[in-house]
Amino acid sequence: MFKYVKQLTSLVAMVAVLFTFTTETMAAKKSKTLKNTMKKGFVRCGVSQGLPGFSNADAAGNWTGVDVDVCRAVAAAVLGDANKVKFTPLSAKERFTALTSGEIDILSRNTTWTLSRDADLGVTFVGVNFYDGQGFMVRKDSGITSTSQFKNGISACTNIGTTTELNMRDFFNSKGISYEPVAFEKADEVVAAYDSGRCDTYTTDKSGLAAQRTKMTNPDDHLVLPETISKEPLGPVVRQGDAVWEDIVRWSLNVMIEAEEYGISSSNADMMKTSENPAVKRLVGTEGELGSYLGLDQDWSLRIIKQVGNYGESYKRNIADTGILPDRGPNNIWTQGGLLYTPPAR
Amino acid sequence: MKIKKILPQILTLLFIVLVFGFFTMNAQENMGARGLEFGFGFLKTQASFDIQFSLIDYDGSHTYARAYLVGLLNTLLVAFIGIIFATLLGAIVGVARLSPNYLIRKTASFYIEFFRNIPLLLQIFFWYFAALRALPMLEDAPMLLNSSFMTIKGLYTPAAIWTNFDIFLTSIIIAMIIIFFFARYAKKKQEQEGKRLPVLIISLAIFITLPLLTFLIGGVDLSWSFPVIRQMSQTSYTFDGGLKIPPELIALTLALTLYTATFIAENVRAGIQGIGKGQKEAAASIGLTPSQVLKLVIMPQALRIIIPPTTNQYLNLTKNSSLAAAIAYPDLVLVFAGTAMMQTGRAIEIVGITMATYLTISLGISLLMNWYNKRIAIQEK
Repeated sequence: MFKYVKQLTSLVAMVAVLFTFTTETMAAKKSKTLKNTMKKGFVRCGVSQGLPGFSNADAAGNWTGVDVDVCRAVAAAVLGDANKVKFTPLSAKERFTALTSGEIDILSRNTTWTLSRDADLGVTFVGVNFYDGQGFMVRKDSGITSTSQFKNGISACTNIGTTTELNMRDFFNSKGISYEPVAFEKADEVVAAYDSGRCDTYTTDKSGLAAQRTKMTNPDDHLVLPETISKEPLGPVVRQGDAVWEDIVRWSLNVMIEAEEYGISSSNADMMKTSENPAVKRLVGTEGELGSYLGLDQDWSLRIIKQVGNYGESYKRNIADTGILPDRGPNNIWTQGGLLYTPPAR
Repeated sequence: MKIKKILPQILTLLFIVLVFGFFTMNAQENMGARGLEFGFGFLKTQASFDIQFSLIDYDGSHTYARAYLVGLLNTLLVAFIGIIFATLLGAIVGVARLSPNYLIRKTASFYIEFFRNIPLLLQIFFWYFAALRALPMLEDAPMLLNSSFMTIKGLYTPAAIWTNFDIFLTSIIIAMIIIFFFARYAKKKQEQEGKRLPVLIISLAIFITLPLLTFLIGGVDLSWSFPVIRQMSQTSYTFDGGLKIPPELIALTLALTLYTATFIAENVRAGIQGIGKGQKEAAASIGLTPSQVLKLVIMPQALRIIIPPTTNQYLNLTKNSSLAAAIAYPDLVLVFAGTAMMQTGRAIEIVGITMATYLTISLGISLLMNWYNKRIAIQEK
C-alpha cells in the first residue's frame, strides 16, 4: 500500500512540477509575437520620423521620448533590458501597414485612438499615453489670438494621412469659413512652408505644435492659440489577434502610470520593496505573481520602473524639461487632477 | 516538335499563375488573420477631407471615388503642361546645342549638363522652397500685366467668366475640323495641279472668324473677374475673385519641365545629327531655302530618330509627377495613395488602383506616340 502511495506522491509531484512549468510558459506559447521577440532578443518598435518629446533620435542615434519609453518598458519587461529595442521611423502613411504586415510589433507613434482605426484596420489600441488635442499656430505679428479671428480664405498647412485633415474640415465647416488646406507628406516640409509664409496657420496636435515650434527660425515669433478643436488620445497600438502581447504592452504602460500614482520611481524602487502597501508590493514584485499571467517573470514591473522610470519621470525627462509642454494639464495622474487613471495591477 | 515549341510557354504560364496565386492566397490569408476584408466598397463612402486644388467640383462631402478623380486630373494636368513645355524647351535647346554661335551653344550644353545631373526631387524642393522664400508676401506683390499677382501663396490671375461656353467650344472644334479637311484638299490640289493655296492665312481666318461669330450671334459672352486683395489679419492677406494657381503646381511643373527638357534636347540634337550632311547639301543644291531644308528634308527624317526616346521621356515625366507629394501638390499619390489610403487603411486596394492608373496613363501615352511614330515613319515603296 505504502509503496503505491510513495509512487503516487512522486507522480503527483511530477505532474505538479510539469503543470507549473506549462502554466508559466503557456502565455509564451500562445503568443507568437512574444515568442518571436524572445527569440530575436529585441522589441521591434515603430516610431515617428522625429517629433521632439515623443520619439526623436539624437545625433548619436539614441531615441528618446514618451512614445519611445513605452517600447523601452516592454523591452525591460520581456527581455530584461530597456535598450533592447529596434526603432523603425515611420511616416503617418506607413505606420499601420508596417504593423499589420508584421514589420514591427508595437506602434508607438503619437497615434490617435479612433473607432474606425480600432475596428477597421486590423489593429488594437492598448491604452493612452498622452491626451492631446488639435490646435492652431499663427505668427504673433498677425495679431490673431483666437480662432474666432480666422477669416475666409485662410490657408492652413498640415500633414497628410492623419486625423488632422478631418478635424480641420469639421472645424472650418462648422464655423462657415472657407480655407485652403496645404497638406504635406512630411512634417519638416510643413514647418518649412509655414515658416516661409506659405500658410497663415499651422495645424496639428498641440503637443506637436509645441514641439515643432522649437524648430522654427525664430520660435518666439509664433503663438499656439488656446482653442483645442478635437480630442486626440494618443497611445500604443498592436496587431489584432495576439491577446497576450496586447496584454503585455497594455500593462507595461499601466505599470508606469500606476507606479507614479503610488510614488514609486526609478530611484526609490528597491526601497519600496519593504513597503507595507500591497499595491506597491505587487508593483515591485514582492507580492502576488502578476508576471506569470503575462508569461513573464516576477520582476517584470520592477525592471520597468528601475530602467525606464514611472510615467511622471518619463514626462519630465522628455516633455517638461525640454520646454515643450511644461504644464502637464490632462496628462497628470487622476489624483492630481489629470486624466491618467489605470485599472489596478492586481 | 510541336510539344517542344509549346511546352516552355505552358511552363512559363504555369509559373506566372502559380506565383500570382501564391501571392494572392498569402495576402488573403494574412488579411483574414487580421480581420481585414478585401473590397472596393470604400470608394462609395464619404471622403471627409478637403483638397487644396481641384479641376472639378469637390469638397469633403464627396466620395473617395471623386477624390480619386480629383487626384487623377491633377496628375494629368501636371503631365500635360509638363510635356508641352518640356517639348518646346527641349526642341529649342536641342537646336541651340548645334548653333554655330559659340555662346548659345555653350549655354545650351551647360543648361543640359547642369539640370540633368541633379536628382529631380532636389530640384523640386529647390524650386518650391527657394521660390517660396524669394516671392513677395501678398501685400507687397507688384501687379503684373495690370491684372495678375505673383505671390508666396501662388499666382493670382483674372478668371474668365463665360456664358454659353459650350457653344464657343463647339465652334472651335468645328473650325478645327474644317481646317483639317481644307488642308487635305489644298495638299491634293498642289500635288495634282501644282497650285499652292495660302493654307496658313485661310486656316487662321477660319480659326478666328468662326469663334468670333459665336460672340456676335451665338450669345457667347466673356467677362473677367479680377483678383482683389483683402486683409484677413494685421499681417495676412488674401485675394478674392480671380483664378489662383498654387505655388506647388508652378514649382512642380517648372522642375519637371526643366529636368525633362534636358533629355528631350539631347534627343533632338541626336536626331538632327543623325541625318547625313549630304541630305542637307542635296536639298540646298536643288534650291530649297534653309527653312525649307529644315522643314521638308531634315525634320521629317530626324523625327523618326527623336520620337521613340522622347516617348520614354514623356512617360518618365508623367511618372515623376508623383514626387508632387513632397511639396503638397494634390496629385494622385498624395490624395489617393496618401490621405485616402491612410483614412481607409485599404493599402492593397488603393495601391492596386494607383498602379493600374499609372500603367493605363503610360500605355495611353505609348499608344499615342507609337501611332504618331508610325505615321511619320518612312513608307518604303
